[in-house]
Amino acid sequence: MKTNAVNLTETEYVLPGNRLCPGCSVSLAYRHILKALEGQVIVTVPASCLTVLHGMYPVTSVTVPCVNTPFASTGASATGLIAGLKALGRKDLTVLAIAGDGGTYDIGIQALSGAAERQDDFIYICYDNEGYMNTGNQRSGSTPLGAISGTTPILGKQQNQKDMTAIMEAHGLPYVATANASYPLDLYDKVRKASAIEGTRFIHVFTPCPPGWRFPFSDTIRIGDLAVQTGWDILYEVENGAFRLTSASASVARKGNLRPVREFLVEQGRFKNLTEEQINQLQDRVNARWQRCLDRATDLS
Amino acid sequence: MADRNASVQILDGNRAAAIGATLSRVQVVAAYPITPQSPVTETLSEFVEEGNLNAEYVAVESEHSALAVCTSASIVGARTFTATSSHGLAYMHEMLHWVAGTRLPVVLACVNRAIGAPWNVLNDQQDSISQRDTGWIQIYARNNQEILDSVIQAYKIAETVYVPVMVCYDGYILSHTEMPVDIPLQEDVDRFLPPYKPHTTLDPAKPRNYNLVTLANPRVNAEGVLCHGYMEIRYLLQEALQNSRGTIARVGQEFGELFGRSYAKMFWEDRLDDADIVIVAMGSLAMEATVAADMLREEGHKAGVLGLRVFRPFPKSDLVKALKKSRLIVVFDKNISYGLEGATCSEIKSALYGSGANAVVRNFIVGLGGRDVKARELADAVKKSLSSMKEGVLNNEYPEWICEI
Repeated sequence: MKTNAVNLTETEYVLPGNRLCPGCSVSLAYRHILKALEGQVIVTVPASCLTVLHGMYPVTSVTVPCVNTPFASTGASATGLIAGLKALGRKDLTVLAIAGDGGTYDIGIQALSGAAERQDDFIYICYDNEGYMNTGNQRSGSTPLGAISGTTPILGKQQNQKDMTAIMEAHGLPYVATANASYPLDLYDKVRKASAIEGTRFIHVFTPCPPGWRFPFSDTIRIGDLAVQTGWDILYEVENGAFRLTSASASVARKGNLRPVREFLVEQGRFKNLTEEQINQLQDRVNARWQRCLDRATDLS
Repeated sequence: MADRNASVQILDGNRAAAIGATLSRVQVVAAYPITPQSPVTETLSEFVEEGNLNAEYVAVESEHSALAVCTSASIVGARTFTATSSHGLAYMHEMLHWVAGTRLPVVLACVNRAIGAPWNVLNDQQDSISQRDTGWIQIYARNNQEILDSVIQAYKIAETVYVPVMVCYDGYILSHTEMPVDIPLQEDVDRFLPPYKPHTTLDPAKPRNYNLVTLANPRVNAEGVLCHGYMEIRYLLQEALQNSRGTIARVGQEFGELFGRSYAKMFWEDRLDDADIVIVAMGSLAMEATVAADMLREEGHKAGVLGLRVFRPFPKSDLVKALKKSRLIVVFDKNISYGLEGATCSEIKSALYGSGANAVVRNFIVGLGGRDVKARELADAVKKSLSSMKEGVLNNEYPEWICEI
């Protein structure tokens, strides 16, 4: 059964009133992730915006057990939780590691790759706001070409993003998916699907950041949607090697109405200094990725 | 007194550590290979694959991850073990703080090795001394028997005071040198060390959040109860270490009653009763010092040795008592706090301040990067110190190095 707003569980594991910025898509994504896991979960989280959501001792906004772990160690922390639960004979809990793009693409990639290579049994979710937003918007391995950030303040970033989901797929995982906070039900379904699979499962969640990307707080959902409509963010899943476009990306593919990436870029202050050449480079990159996805999708009819 | 040992085996230090962990029924082992610790990881993985150790063995991709695995597994409630050396311990630095701050009873065997640059795989104690301020209890073994015994005791200490314990032993000198070791019976170890029962478990029905951001000042919770700030939580760690001396002594005594080898004291003594010259050192170096004391005795000097076993918590008052009759204290350090002196020496001097002791203290840096330390060199250093006493200087500005410069 496809999830819709009516049959979505009403139980909340992320309580209202957390410390994230207004318009933050991480709240929305995290809320649906925990709903999908029905609270039967131990979360491990490194330094990140999510730490801010969780609150400050002795008050927390989350009603599931949580372990905070140093920045580089998220994958290893998940392994430790799994090993500990196994040693104690506990089979009731899913281990969820959730980190930002800095904690995944950069400082946490070693521990994550190690855990994935060991085929440890957990779900890893990277919520990607394309920069170190918790420390005030510095460039990360996920910051796009041309984007202005705290550490690319004038010229914008001179390099492209790395494709972390492809890197994780190269580990031979049983389930790899991308999702987007503007499509929470697609995210919810993917987390539910992942929770029924054994082994290391990786989900990349695109989470627009109003202050970091410099767009109005009220536009979060629209910006996330524009990313999908322009192919900047492509929604797909790879289950045991089988690739499938999902949700709005499948619809765009079927209709063949991919919009120019410029529409996504012009909405955000971080791209205000982009040159025409950079816009073309970004469009070429999107086109190439989109074509690769179309080539891999076998179920488009 | 009982002498209930299953067998005497000829073991190197690494195997003694692995057997100690196995007898302690560790449930999760996570380790990354590094010279000279590697045989510990190999032995434990062999025990697990043979079915002789019922534990999860996690072959991690780094030492940072090794300790992160132990941290999370310990939070879940498992008894955890790791081992490392040198760069591996340095790489764990962040996690060492995290484990102690989380108050987890993790036990780590540190096979002492020099740190680069330049590359060097041989022994000194710079690695563990560099981690002295991370909030771990540090125990230094003088022989392979002490390695095995200390690992078992470490769990009982750690699980009583909720402070992690580092059992340190010298690379190669102990780790790769075979000597007879009494192996206790498993049933006796079980009696000594019951299964670990954590005070808190992770349960969705009663969710808890470990290590949330904590502000400097106390803050009220949802029920209006004032809870600790960061500083109160950190004070409790210091208090736990301060108070752990009693636990370490009690556990060491209980161990002695059961196995015939008592560890009730924070250091061991050799001929201190009538000594007015005391050599202080840690680990296998202190054993070497007993040979130097023999030489000095033969030459008519009343020399004794104090072998420091527990470095953190530092046993200040016990040391002052043991050193009060000495007129010369010569401290040999296989480490250096660059720009000052050897760590053991600094701390001995700090312990003596205000005690009324008026001993001359001399410090020698020896044995770095596996440089051979001869008993004769130690004895000569003591005699050199004796002759320098005439100058009336109690405390030198900097240590002397026993090397070719």
